[in-house]
Amino acid sequence: MRGRPLVAVVSAGLSRFGKREGVSGRELFVEAALEAFERCPNLDPKRDIKGLFVGMMSECFEHQGHLAPVLSDWTGLLPAPAVRTEIACASSAAALRQGIFSILSGIYDVVMVGGLEKMTKRTTAETTEYLGMAADFPLEQWNGITFPGLFALMATAHMHEYGTTEEQMALIAVKNHYNGALNAKAHLQKQITLETALESRMIAEPLKLYDCSLISDGASCAILARPEIARKYAETPVYITGSGHGSDTLALHERESLTSLRAAKNAAKEAYTMAGIEPTDVNVAEVHDCFTIAELIAYEDLGFCKPGEGGMFIEEGIPRLDGRLPVNTSGGLKSKGHPVGATGTAQLYEVYLQLTGQAEKRQVADCEVGLTHNVGGSGASCLVHIYRRG
Amino acid sequence: MTASIGKDEKPPFTIEQFYKYLEQKKLMAARCDRCGSMFLPPRPLCTDCFSKELSWVQLQTRGKLVTYTVIHVAPEQFQSMAPYAYGIIELENGVRLPGLIRGLEHEKLTVGIDLQVDFDEGVSPSWPHWTRYFFRPP
Repeated sequence: MRGRPLVAVVSAGLSRFGKREGVSGRELFVEAALEAFERCPNLDPKRDIKGLFVGMMSECFEHQGHLAPVLSDWTGLLPAPAVRTEIACASSAAALRQGIFSILSGIYDVVMVGGLEKMTKRTTAETTEYLGMAADFPLEQWNGITFPGLFALMATAHMHEYGTTEEQMALIAVKNHYNGALNAKAHLQKQITLETALESRMIAEPLKLYDCSLISDGASCAILARPEIARKYAETPVYITGSGHGSDTLALHERESLTSLRAAKNAAKEAYTMAGIEPTDVNVAEVHDCFTIAELIAYEDLGFCKPGEGGMFIEEGIPRLDGRLPVNTSGGLKSKGHPVGATGTAQLYEVYLQLTGQAEKRQVADCEVGLTHNVGGSGASCLVHIYRRG
Repeated sequence: MTASIGKDEKPPFTIEQFYKYLEQKKLMAARCDRCGSMFLPPRPLCTDCFSKELSWVQLQTRGKLVTYTVIHVAPEQFQSMAPYAYGIIELENGVRLPGLIRGLEHEKLTVGIDLQVDFDEGVSPSWPHWTRYFFRPP
Protein backbone atom coordinates (compact mmCIF):
# COMPACT_ATOMS: atom_id res chain seq x y z
CA MET A 1 0.00 0.00 0.00
CA ARG A 2 2.80 2.46 0.90
CA GLY A 3 3.36 4.90 -1.91
CA ARG A 4 1.05 3.06 -4.27
CA PRO A 5 -1.08 5.42 -6.40
CA LEU A 6 -4.64 5.32 -5.07
CA VAL A 7 -6.09 7.19 -8.02
CA ALA A 8 -4.86 9.46 -10.80
CA VAL A 9 -5.95 13.07 -11.21
CA VAL A 10 -6.30 13.28 -14.99
CA SER A 11 -7.76 16.78 -15.11
CA ALA A 12 -8.95 19.63 -12.91
CA GLY A 13 -10.89 22.84 -13.25
CA LEU A 14 -11.47 26.01 -11.28
CA SER A 15 -13.91 28.87 -11.78
CA ARG A 16 -12.69 32.40 -11.26
CA PHE A 17 -13.13 33.20 -7.54
CA GLY A 18 -14.67 36.43 -6.32
CA LYS A 19 -17.92 38.32 -6.21
CA ARG A 20 -19.58 36.76 -9.23
CA GLU A 21 -22.62 38.92 -9.94
CA GLY A 22 -25.51 37.24 -11.71
CA VAL A 23 -24.03 33.74 -11.65
CA SER A 24 -25.44 31.00 -9.41
CA GLY A 25 -23.56 28.12 -7.81
CA ARG A 26 -24.53 25.58 -10.43
CA GLU A 27 -23.28 27.85 -13.21
CA LEU A 28 -19.98 28.35 -11.40
CA PHE A 29 -19.66 24.59 -11.23
CA VAL A 30 -20.19 24.32 -14.99
CA GLU A 31 -17.38 26.87 -15.45
CA ALA A 32 -15.01 24.66 -13.44
CA ALA A 33 -16.22 21.47 -15.14
CA LEU A 34 -15.76 22.91 -18.64
CA GLU A 35 -12.13 23.72 -17.88
CA ALA A 36 -11.59 20.16 -16.65
CA PHE A 37 -13.24 18.73 -19.79
CA GLU A 38 -11.22 20.97 -22.11
CA ARG A 39 -7.96 19.99 -20.44
CA CYS A 40 -8.78 16.34 -21.13
CA PRO A 41 -9.65 15.91 -24.84
CA ASN A 42 -9.61 12.10 -24.69
CA LEU A 43 -12.39 12.13 -22.12
CA ASP A 44 -16.00 11.77 -23.20
CA PRO A 45 -17.69 13.10 -20.05
CA LYS A 46 -21.11 11.56 -20.63
CA ARG A 47 -19.71 8.16 -21.50
CA ASP A 48 -16.72 7.95 -19.16
CA ILE A 49 -17.66 9.71 -15.92
CA LYS A 50 -19.69 7.28 -13.86
CA GLY A 51 -20.26 9.23 -10.67
CA LEU A 52 -20.10 12.73 -9.19
CA PHE A 53 -19.15 13.60 -5.61
CA VAL A 54 -19.57 17.23 -4.73
CA GLY A 55 -19.04 19.29 -1.58
CA MET A 56 -21.16 22.24 -0.55
CA MET A 57 -21.54 23.55 2.96
CA SER A 58 -24.91 25.25 3.15
CA GLU A 59 -28.19 25.14 1.27
CA CYS A 60 -29.08 28.44 2.99
CA PHE A 61 -27.05 30.65 0.63
CA GLU A 62 -29.14 29.85 -2.44
CA HIS A 63 -32.09 28.18 -0.74
CA GLN A 64 -31.26 25.06 -2.70
CA GLY A 65 -31.00 21.64 -1.16
CA HIS A 66 -30.52 18.41 -3.10
CA LEU A 67 -28.04 20.10 -5.40
CA ALA A 68 -25.89 17.10 -6.38
CA PRO A 69 -28.15 15.72 -9.17
CA VAL A 70 -28.58 19.27 -10.48
CA LEU A 71 -24.81 19.45 -10.96
CA SER A 72 -24.79 16.09 -12.75
CA ASP A 73 -27.52 17.54 -15.00
CA TRP A 74 -25.93 20.95 -15.62
CA THR A 75 -22.54 19.44 -16.49
CA GLY A 76 -24.04 16.94 -18.93
CA LEU A 77 -23.20 13.89 -16.83
CA LEU A 78 -26.76 12.64 -16.33
CA PRO A 79 -27.69 9.87 -15.76
CA ALA A 80 -24.47 9.59 -13.71
CA PRO A 81 -25.42 9.49 -10.02
CA ALA A 82 -24.33 12.32 -7.77
CA VAL A 83 -24.11 12.86 -4.04
CA ARG A 84 -23.23 15.83 -1.88
CA THR A 85 -20.81 15.62 1.04
CA GLU A 86 -20.88 18.11 3.90
CA ILE A 87 -18.35 18.73 6.64
CA ALA A 88 -18.38 22.54 6.61
CA CYS A 89 -15.33 24.08 4.90
CA ALA A 90 -13.83 20.63 4.25
CA SER A 91 -16.83 19.47 2.22
CA SER A 92 -15.03 19.09 -1.11
CA ALA A 93 -11.96 17.33 0.32
CA ALA A 94 -14.54 14.91 1.73
CA ALA A 95 -16.00 14.58 -1.79
CA LEU A 96 -12.50 13.89 -3.10
CA ARG A 97 -12.01 11.12 -0.55
CA GLN A 98 -15.36 9.57 -1.44
CA GLY A 99 -14.32 9.66 -5.09
CA ILE A 100 -11.07 7.90 -4.20
CA PHE A 101 -13.01 5.25 -2.25
CA SER A 102 -15.39 4.72 -5.17
CA ILE A 103 -12.48 3.91 -7.49
CA LEU A 104 -10.58 1.84 -4.95
CA SER A 105 -13.72 -0.21 -4.35
CA GLY A 106 -13.63 -1.24 -7.99
CA ILE A 107 -17.10 0.13 -8.67
CA TYR A 108 -16.02 3.03 -10.90
CA ASP A 109 -13.08 3.68 -13.23
CA VAL A 110 -13.59 7.42 -13.72
CA VAL A 111 -15.43 9.92 -11.50
CA MET A 112 -15.69 13.66 -11.05
CA VAL A 113 -15.24 15.30 -7.64
CA GLY A 114 -15.62 18.93 -6.75
CA GLY A 115 -17.28 21.60 -4.70
CA LEU A 116 -18.87 25.02 -4.77
CA GLU A 117 -20.35 27.82 -2.72
CA LYS A 118 -22.24 30.91 -3.84
CA MET A 119 -21.91 33.25 -0.86
CA THR A 120 -21.78 36.90 -1.86
CA LYS A 121 -25.44 37.53 -2.65
CA ARG A 122 -26.22 37.43 1.07
CA THR A 123 -25.68 40.17 3.64
CA THR A 124 -22.68 39.88 5.96
CA ALA A 125 -25.07 39.13 8.85
CA GLU A 126 -26.72 36.29 6.91
CA THR A 127 -23.36 34.87 5.82
CA THR A 128 -22.07 35.05 9.40
CA GLU A 129 -25.16 33.18 10.56
CA TYR A 130 -24.97 30.45 7.90
CA LEU A 131 -21.26 29.84 8.43
CA GLY A 132 -21.78 29.96 12.18
CA MET A 133 -24.08 26.95 11.92
CA ALA A 134 -20.95 24.83 11.59
CA ALA A 135 -20.07 25.69 15.20
CA ASP A 136 -21.63 23.81 18.11
CA PHE A 137 -25.14 25.16 18.69
CA PRO A 138 -25.86 24.35 22.36
CA LEU A 139 -22.82 26.08 23.85
CA GLU A 140 -20.98 28.02 21.14
CA GLN A 141 -23.55 29.59 18.81
CA TRP A 142 -25.97 30.14 21.67
CA ASN A 143 -23.38 32.25 23.45
CA GLY A 144 -22.53 34.48 20.49
CA ILE A 145 -19.34 32.94 19.17
CA THR A 146 -18.34 33.53 15.55
CA PHE A 147 -15.86 31.67 13.34
CA PRO A 148 -13.25 34.41 13.61
CA GLY A 149 -13.96 34.23 17.36
CA LEU A 150 -13.20 30.50 17.55
CA PHE A 151 -9.89 30.92 15.74
CA ALA A 152 -9.16 33.99 17.88
CA LEU A 153 -9.48 31.75 20.96
CA MET A 154 -6.83 29.48 19.43
CA ALA A 155 -4.66 32.47 18.55
CA THR A 156 -4.79 33.83 22.13
CA ALA A 157 -3.89 30.37 23.46
CA HIS A 158 -1.02 30.00 20.96
CA MET A 159 0.35 33.45 21.80
CA HIS A 160 0.12 32.70 25.52
CA GLU A 161 1.71 29.26 25.29
CA TYR A 162 4.43 29.88 22.71
CA GLY A 163 4.88 33.65 22.43
CA THR A 164 3.52 33.76 18.89
CA THR A 165 2.98 37.37 17.76
CA GLU A 166 0.43 39.32 15.75
CA GLU A 167 3.29 40.31 13.39
CA GLN A 168 4.03 36.65 12.64
CA MET A 169 0.37 36.04 11.79
CA ALA A 170 0.34 39.17 9.62
CA LEU A 171 3.39 37.87 7.71
CA ILE A 172 1.24 34.94 6.58
CA ALA A 173 -1.34 37.38 5.18
CA VAL A 174 1.40 39.34 3.37
CA LYS A 175 2.82 36.12 1.88
CA ASN A 176 -0.55 34.83 0.69
CA HIS A 177 -1.52 38.16 -0.86
CA TYR A 178 1.83 38.23 -2.67
CA ASN A 179 1.02 34.83 -4.18
CA GLY A 180 -2.61 35.69 -4.89
CA ALA A 181 -1.53 38.76 -6.85
CA LEU A 182 0.09 36.30 -9.28
CA ASN A 183 -3.09 34.25 -9.68
CA ALA A 184 -5.52 35.47 -12.35
CA LYS A 185 -8.37 33.50 -10.75
CA ALA A 186 -7.87 34.89 -7.24
CA HIS A 187 -10.56 37.00 -5.59
CA LEU A 188 -8.26 39.74 -4.24
CA GLN A 189 -5.25 40.06 -6.54
CA LYS A 190 -3.30 42.64 -4.63
CA GLN A 191 -0.20 42.74 -2.52
CA ILE A 192 -0.41 44.16 0.98
CA THR A 193 2.17 45.46 3.41
CA LEU A 194 2.75 44.28 6.96
CA GLU A 195 1.44 47.66 8.18
CA THR A 196 -1.79 47.30 6.18
CA ALA A 197 -2.39 43.92 7.80
CA LEU A 198 -1.54 45.06 11.32
CA GLU A 199 -3.54 48.27 11.10
CA SER A 200 -6.69 46.74 9.61
CA ARG A 201 -9.86 46.83 11.67
CA MET A 202 -10.42 44.37 14.47
CA ILE A 203 -12.74 41.41 13.82
CA ALA A 204 -12.17 39.17 16.87
CA GLU A 205 -9.13 40.07 18.94
CA PRO A 206 -6.32 39.41 18.13
CA LEU A 207 -7.55 38.68 14.58
CA LYS A 208 -7.95 41.66 12.27
CA LEU A 209 -9.54 41.97 8.85
CA TYR A 210 -6.36 40.85 7.08
CA ASP A 211 -6.08 37.78 9.30
CA CYS A 212 -9.39 36.56 7.84
CA SER A 213 -10.08 34.81 4.55
CA LEU A 214 -12.56 36.15 2.03
CA ILE A 215 -16.24 35.48 1.47
CA SER A 216 -16.29 34.45 -2.18
CA ASP A 217 -18.21 32.69 -4.90
CA GLY A 218 -16.49 29.83 -6.67
CA ALA A 219 -16.37 26.23 -7.77
CA SER A 220 -13.68 23.63 -8.35
CA CYS A 221 -13.46 20.09 -9.65
CA ALA A 222 -11.16 17.26 -10.64
CA ILE A 223 -11.48 14.12 -12.70
CA LEU A 224 -10.15 10.99 -11.07
CA ALA A 225 -9.31 7.75 -12.84
CA ARG A 226 -8.07 4.32 -11.86
CA PRO A 227 -4.25 4.59 -12.09
CA GLU A 228 -4.00 1.74 -14.62
CA ILE A 229 -6.03 3.66 -17.21
CA ALA A 230 -4.78 7.17 -16.41
CA ARG A 231 -2.50 7.45 -19.46
CA LYS A 232 -5.54 7.07 -21.67
CA TYR A 233 -6.64 10.51 -20.48
CA ALA A 234 -3.49 12.38 -19.48
CA GLU A 235 0.15 12.42 -20.60
CA THR A 236 1.19 13.64 -17.17
CA PRO A 237 -1.27 12.41 -14.57
CA VAL A 238 -0.83 13.38 -10.96
CA TYR A 239 -1.17 10.46 -8.58
CA ILE A 240 -2.82 10.68 -5.18
CA THR A 241 -0.74 8.44 -2.92
CA GLY A 242 -2.10 9.36 0.51
CA SER A 243 -5.50 10.26 1.92
CA GLY A 244 -6.12 11.00 5.58
CA HIS A 245 -9.19 12.15 7.47
CA GLY A 246 -9.58 13.08 11.13
CA SER A 247 -12.53 14.12 13.30
CA ASP A 248 -12.76 15.74 16.71
CA THR A 249 -15.36 17.30 19.03
CA LEU A 250 -17.36 20.06 17.39
CA ALA A 251 -17.05 22.36 20.40
CA LEU A 252 -13.59 23.81 20.96
CA HIS A 253 -13.71 23.67 24.76
CA GLU A 254 -13.88 19.85 24.75
CA ARG A 255 -10.68 19.37 22.71
CA GLU A 256 -7.45 18.15 24.27
CA SER A 257 -5.57 21.16 22.88
CA LEU A 258 -6.39 24.76 21.93
CA THR A 259 -3.13 25.22 20.03
CA SER A 260 -3.25 22.23 17.69
CA LEU A 261 -5.92 20.31 15.78
CA ARG A 262 -6.01 16.62 16.62
CA ALA A 263 -8.09 15.99 13.48
CA ALA A 264 -5.32 17.53 11.37
CA LYS A 265 -2.53 15.61 13.07
CA ASN A 266 -4.40 12.32 12.66
CA ALA A 267 -5.25 13.07 9.02
CA ALA A 268 -1.62 13.97 8.32
CA LYS A 269 -0.32 10.83 10.00
CA GLU A 270 -2.69 8.63 7.99
CA ALA A 271 -1.82 10.35 4.71
CA TYR A 272 1.96 10.37 5.26
CA THR A 273 1.95 6.68 6.25
CA MET A 274 -0.15 5.71 3.24
CA ALA A 275 2.11 7.68 0.89
CA GLY A 276 5.26 6.38 2.58
CA ILE A 277 6.73 9.87 2.92
CA GLU A 278 7.88 12.28 5.62
CA PRO A 279 6.93 15.97 5.97
CA THR A 280 10.41 16.88 4.66
CA ASP A 281 9.56 15.18 1.34
CA VAL A 282 6.81 17.71 0.57
CA ASN A 283 7.74 20.30 -2.09
CA VAL A 284 4.57 22.38 -2.22
CA ALA A 285 1.49 22.59 0.02
CA GLU A 286 -1.93 24.21 0.02
CA VAL A 287 -3.14 24.56 3.61
CA HIS A 288 -6.37 25.81 5.14
CA ASP A 289 -5.68 29.47 5.97
CA CYS A 290 -9.25 30.45 6.81
CA PHE A 291 -7.44 32.64 9.35
CA THR A 292 -3.71 33.34 9.53
CA ILE A 293 -3.46 31.47 12.85
CA ALA A 294 -4.94 28.40 11.12
CA GLU A 295 -2.05 28.36 8.63
CA LEU A 296 0.47 28.85 11.43
CA ILE A 297 -0.99 25.91 13.35
CA ALA A 298 -1.08 23.88 10.11
CA TYR A 299 2.74 24.20 9.78
CA GLU A 300 2.98 22.50 13.17
CA ASP A 301 0.22 19.91 12.75
CA LEU A 302 1.63 18.81 9.38
CA GLY A 303 5.11 18.39 10.86
CA PHE A 304 6.71 21.13 8.75
CA CYS A 305 8.06 22.46 12.05
CA LYS A 306 7.79 21.56 15.74
CA PRO A 307 4.82 22.56 17.93
CA GLY A 308 5.18 26.22 18.89
CA GLU A 309 7.62 27.02 16.08
CA GLY A 310 5.06 28.10 13.46
CA GLY A 311 5.84 31.75 14.10
CA MET A 312 9.56 31.24 13.44
CA PHE A 313 8.75 29.12 10.36
CA ILE A 314 7.04 32.09 8.68
CA GLU A 315 9.58 34.63 9.99
CA GLU A 316 12.37 32.63 8.36
CA GLY A 317 10.50 32.76 5.05
CA ILE A 318 10.40 28.98 4.58
CA PRO A 319 6.78 28.90 3.28
CA ARG A 320 7.28 31.83 0.87
CA LEU A 321 7.18 31.27 -2.88
CA ASP A 322 10.99 31.51 -2.92
CA GLY A 323 11.39 29.49 0.29
CA ARG A 324 12.27 25.86 0.91
CA LEU A 325 8.62 24.75 1.22
CA PRO A 326 6.20 27.12 -0.52
CA VAL A 327 2.77 27.10 1.15
CA ASN A 328 -0.40 28.45 -0.47
CA THR A 329 1.15 29.40 -3.78
CA SER A 330 -2.40 30.02 -5.06
CA GLY A 331 -2.86 32.85 -2.57
CA GLY A 332 -4.73 30.54 -0.23
CA LEU A 333 -8.15 31.16 1.21
CA LYS A 334 -6.80 34.56 2.27
CA SER A 335 -6.25 36.02 -1.19
CA LYS A 336 -7.59 33.51 -3.71
CA GLY A 337 -10.83 33.40 -1.71
CA HIS A 338 -12.84 30.92 0.32
CA PRO A 339 -16.11 29.77 -1.26
CA VAL A 340 -16.20 27.21 1.51
CA GLY A 341 -17.53 24.14 -0.31
CA ALA A 342 -15.14 24.74 -3.23
CA THR A 343 -11.97 25.10 -1.17
CA GLY A 344 -10.85 21.47 -0.79
CA THR A 345 -10.75 20.67 -4.49
CA ALA A 346 -9.50 24.20 -5.28
CA GLN A 347 -6.44 23.28 -3.21
CA LEU A 348 -6.11 20.11 -5.29
CA TYR A 349 -6.33 22.28 -8.46
CA GLU A 350 -3.31 24.37 -7.40
CA VAL A 351 -1.24 21.30 -6.52
CA TYR A 352 -2.26 19.75 -9.86
CA LEU A 353 -1.01 22.89 -11.67
CA GLN A 354 2.25 22.88 -9.70
CA LEU A 355 3.01 19.20 -10.26
CA THR A 356 2.23 19.44 -13.98
CA GLY A 357 4.29 22.62 -14.45
CA GLN A 358 1.31 24.84 -15.30
CA ALA A 359 1.40 27.28 -12.38
CA GLU A 360 2.89 30.09 -14.51
CA LYS A 361 4.27 32.99 -12.45
CA ARG A 362 3.86 31.00 -9.23
CA GLN A 363 5.51 27.83 -10.50
CA VAL A 364 7.72 26.13 -7.92
CA ALA A 365 10.79 24.58 -9.56
CA ASP A 366 11.34 20.82 -9.38
CA CYS A 367 8.26 19.91 -7.41
CA GLU A 368 7.37 16.27 -7.26
CA VAL A 369 5.35 15.90 -4.07
CA GLY A 370 2.40 18.08 -3.08
CA LEU A 371 0.05 18.19 -0.10
CA THR A 372 -3.40 19.64 0.62
CA HIS A 373 -4.82 20.30 4.10
CA ASN A 374 -8.52 21.20 4.31
CA VAL A 375 -10.14 21.98 7.68
CA GLY A 376 -13.86 21.87 8.46
CA GLY A 377 -15.24 24.45 10.90
CA SER A 378 -12.96 25.13 13.84
CA GLY A 379 -11.24 21.79 13.35
CA ALA A 380 -13.74 19.02 14.05
CA SER A 381 -12.87 17.80 10.57
CA CYS A 382 -9.65 17.76 8.58
CA LEU A 383 -8.49 15.99 5.45
CA VAL A 384 -4.94 15.73 4.18
CA HIS A 385 -4.06 14.44 0.71
CA ILE A 386 -0.67 13.72 -0.81
CA TYR A 387 0.09 13.93 -4.53
CA ARG A 388 3.00 12.76 -6.66
CA ARG A 389 3.95 13.80 -10.17
CA GLY A 390 3.35 10.96 -12.60
CA MET B 1 -28.60 16.92 44.59
CA THR B 2 -31.88 14.95 44.57
CA ALA B 3 -30.26 11.95 46.25
CA SER B 4 -33.71 10.50 46.88
CA ILE B 5 -34.56 9.64 43.28
CA GLY B 6 -33.76 6.13 42.15
CA LYS B 7 -31.43 5.05 39.36
CA ASP B 8 -34.21 4.67 36.83
CA GLU B 9 -35.66 8.07 37.64
CA LYS B 10 -32.57 10.10 36.78
CA PRO B 11 -33.31 13.11 34.63
CA PRO B 12 -32.28 12.36 31.04
CA PHE B 13 -28.74 13.21 29.95
CA THR B 14 -29.81 15.72 27.33
CA ILE B 15 -28.96 19.27 26.30
CA GLU B 16 -32.53 20.19 27.17
CA GLN B 17 -32.05 18.94 30.74
CA PHE B 18 -28.71 20.80 31.01
CA TYR B 19 -30.57 24.04 30.23
CA LYS B 20 -33.43 23.16 32.60
CA TYR B 21 -30.84 22.96 35.37
CA LEU B 22 -29.38 26.30 34.27
CA GLU B 23 -32.84 27.81 34.64
CA GLN B 24 -32.62 26.66 38.27
CA LYS B 25 -29.17 28.38 38.42
CA LYS B 26 -27.39 25.03 38.61
CA LEU B 27 -24.39 24.25 36.43
CA MET B 28 -24.58 20.48 35.94
CA ALA B 29 -22.37 18.01 34.11
CA ALA B 30 -22.73 14.28 33.47
CA ARG B 31 -20.23 11.97 35.15
CA CYS B 32 -19.69 8.33 34.21
CA ASP B 33 -20.27 6.08 37.22
CA ARG B 34 -17.83 3.51 35.84
CA CYS B 35 -14.78 5.48 34.62
CA GLY B 36 -15.40 8.92 36.10
CA SER B 37 -15.21 10.86 32.81
CA MET B 38 -17.06 14.18 32.90
CA PHE B 39 -19.16 15.53 30.04
CA LEU B 40 -20.25 19.09 29.52
CA PRO B 41 -22.55 19.21 27.63
CA PRO B 42 -23.90 15.80 28.74
CA ARG B 43 -24.23 12.83 26.39
CA PRO B 44 -26.57 9.84 26.83
CA LEU B 45 -23.54 7.55 26.75
CA CYS B 46 -20.05 7.68 28.26
CA THR B 47 -18.06 8.11 25.08
CA ASP B 48 -14.88 6.95 26.82
CA CYS B 49 -16.01 3.55 28.19
CA PHE B 50 -19.51 3.14 26.64
CA SER B 51 -21.19 2.87 30.04
CA LYS B 52 -24.79 4.04 30.22
CA GLU B 53 -24.52 4.43 34.00
CA LEU B 54 -24.18 8.18 34.41
CA SER B 55 -24.93 10.69 37.16
CA TRP B 56 -25.64 14.40 37.16
CA VAL B 57 -23.13 16.32 39.26
CA GLN B 58 -23.37 19.98 40.20
CA LEU B 59 -20.20 21.95 39.43
CA GLN B 60 -18.64 24.78 41.37
CA THR B 61 -19.23 27.97 39.42
CA ARG B 62 -15.74 29.40 39.92
CA GLY B 63 -13.19 28.89 37.15
CA LYS B 64 -10.02 30.20 35.54
CA LEU B 65 -9.88 31.82 32.12
CA VAL B 66 -8.02 29.56 29.68
CA THR B 67 -8.33 31.69 26.53
CA TYR B 68 -10.38 34.65 25.33
CA THR B 69 -11.23 37.02 22.51
CA VAL B 70 -13.15 40.24 22.06
CA ILE B 71 -15.67 39.91 19.26
CA HIS B 72 -16.17 43.07 17.20
CA VAL B 73 -18.07 41.61 14.25
CA ALA B 74 -21.01 39.75 15.79
CA PRO B 75 -23.94 37.62 14.65
CA GLU B 76 -27.10 39.67 14.16
CA GLN B 77 -28.74 38.86 17.51
CA PHE B 78 -25.56 39.85 19.40
CA GLN B 79 -24.70 42.99 17.41
CA SER B 80 -26.08 45.41 20.00
CA MET B 81 -23.59 44.02 22.54
CA ALA B 82 -20.46 44.22 20.34
CA PRO B 83 -17.63 44.49 21.10
CA TYR B 84 -18.00 41.79 23.72
CA ALA B 85 -15.58 39.45 25.46
CA TYR B 86 -15.87 35.70 25.09
CA GLY B 87 -13.73 33.02 26.65
CA ILE B 88 -13.31 29.45 27.80
CA ILE B 89 -13.01 28.84 31.54
CA GLU B 90 -11.71 25.75 33.31
CA LEU B 91 -13.76 24.57 36.27
CA GLU B 92 -12.96 21.91 38.84
CA ASN B 93 -11.98 18.46 37.50
CA GLY B 94 -10.65 20.12 34.37
CA VAL B 95 -14.15 20.60 32.92
CA ARG B 96 -14.24 23.54 30.50
CA LEU B 97 -17.08 25.83 29.52
CA PRO B 98 -17.27 28.54 26.83
CA GLY B 99 -19.27 31.72 27.23
CA LEU B 100 -19.67 35.48 27.21
CA ILE B 101 -17.73 37.53 29.76
CA ARG B 102 -19.62 40.49 31.18
CA GLY B 103 -18.69 43.20 33.66
CA LEU B 104 -14.95 43.16 33.01
CA GLU B 105 -13.00 45.88 31.21
CA HIS B 106 -11.48 44.31 28.12
CA GLU B 107 -8.01 45.59 29.05
CA LYS B 108 -8.14 43.37 32.14
CA LEU B 109 -8.64 40.17 30.16
CA THR B 110 -5.70 37.86 30.68
CA VAL B 111 -5.19 34.10 30.75
CA GLY B 112 -5.48 32.71 34.28
CA ILE B 113 -7.85 35.23 35.90
CA ASP B 114 -10.69 33.96 38.08
CA LEU B 115 -14.21 34.18 36.72
CA GLN B 116 -17.59 33.25 38.11
CA VAL B 117 -20.47 31.60 36.20
CA ASP B 118 -23.71 33.54 36.58
CA PHE B 119 -27.20 33.09 35.15
CA ASP B 120 -29.84 35.31 33.56
CA GLU B 121 -33.40 35.11 34.87
CA GLY B 122 -35.89 33.05 32.83
CA VAL B 123 -35.53 31.63 29.37
CA SER B 124 -35.30 33.10 25.87
CA PRO B 125 -38.73 34.17 24.59
CA SER B 126 -38.23 32.33 21.29
CA TRP B 127 -36.74 28.96 20.33
CA PRO B 128 -34.89 27.21 21.93
CA HIS B 129 -36.34 28.67 25.17
CA TRP B 130 -33.10 28.31 27.09
CA THR B 131 -31.57 30.29 29.94
CA ARG B 132 -28.40 32.22 29.24
CA TYR B 133 -25.35 31.88 31.46
CA PHE B 134 -22.31 34.12 31.40
CA PHE B 135 -19.02 34.73 33.17
CA ARG B 136 -18.23 37.74 35.41
CA PRO B 137 -15.49 38.75 37.81
CA PRO B 138 -16.09 37.05 41.21
